[in-house]
Amino acid sequence: MSMTATVGRGRADPHHIGRAIEHPGPASKRIVTAYGFWVFLLSDIVMFSCFFAAYAVLVGQTADGPKGSEIFEHRNVAIETVCLLLSSFTCGMASIAADVRNRFWFYLGMAVTCLLGLVFLTIEFREFANLVSRGYGPSRSAFLTAFFSLVGCHGLHVSAGVLWLLTMMAQVFAKGFRADILRRMMCFALFWHALDIIWVAVFSVVYLLGSSV
Amino acid sequence: MSDQTHMPVQHDLAPGEEEQHSVGERIIGYVVGLVLALLLTAMSFFIAGTDLVWQPSIPVALIVLAIAQMGVHLVFFLHITTGPDNTNNVLALAFGLLIVFLVVGGTVWIMAHLNQNMPPMDQIMQMRS
Repeated sequence: MSMTATVGRGRADPHHIGRAIEHPGPASKRIVTAYGFWVFLLSDIVMFSCFFAAYAVLVGQTADGPKGSEIFEHRNVAIETVCLLLSSFTCGMASIAADVRNRFWFYLGMAVTCLLGLVFLTIEFREFANLVSRGYGPSRSAFLTAFFSLVGCHGLHVSAGVLWLLTMMAQVFAKGFRADILRRMMCFALFWHALDIIWVAVFSVVYLLGSSV
Repeated sequence: MSDQTHMPVQHDLAPGEEEQHSVGERIIGYVVGLVLALLLTAMSFFIAGTDLVWQPSIPVALIVLAIAQMGVHLVFFLHITTGPDNTNNVLALAFGLLIVFLVVGGTVWIMAHLNQNMPPMDQIMQMRS
């Protein structure tokens, strides 16, 4: 924006954000709902940061138990990562389909998202079960406690996300693309994408960095 | 004051919502995000297991790649932009990031100092002998 354009609008646009403020009234419910959910997601990320901090402090405290490099399998983690990434993409496709009210693509996108989420959860559960069966459960060492609580907390979030996803499919099936259903769908998409962001931190910090300790 | 109204007055954007685009443009946005994220992920996994680079640089590279990928997710999947209609969302995100860095950075910093200044008993005994 050029300077001359801002001079004339100086009063209406005091902070030069490029928009004249004309008191358009309260924001729509869609914006208020999504913004509130965004604040919740950020607080959820703050909670995860506590688990990350605990993991970073305890990663070396193995109490003569296994180190990260001995128990992490990068191949499985790579498959999990690709699953979550693709599910984030299909979730985006489903939300576009919901916006244009196309039932077929909505159901297809959500179903693929659900499937990828379940594959992710299966791989993670098998990894946990394998570790516990070898005697490397969460009570073995402080490192394993931090590992299980951080990755398990993310897994619980994904499980809750899958349940929410199925609920959204059922609600669209029963009630159609009503405004309130679309608001919930928007919050679900935010939730699912945020889980993927947290997983990026998990695979980088826990699995890749944790293997080099 | 008619010069105030030549910009269309519109509401802020909700987080996750895009400006008005056609379906095709929105899909392309997601595809670009997916490709970038896959590239960054592949680089992370490659860097973590390679002997090609100087080994002490690997943790820094992994952290940089992770932050880059989170940025890609924020822009292409969550549609957090720097536009004026996104100010609220960005400010909330900035506050969240501040708390995250305080928690993680502060914890790591304090615990490293504690480890240094209060080593376990057996290490103190070794220092005395």
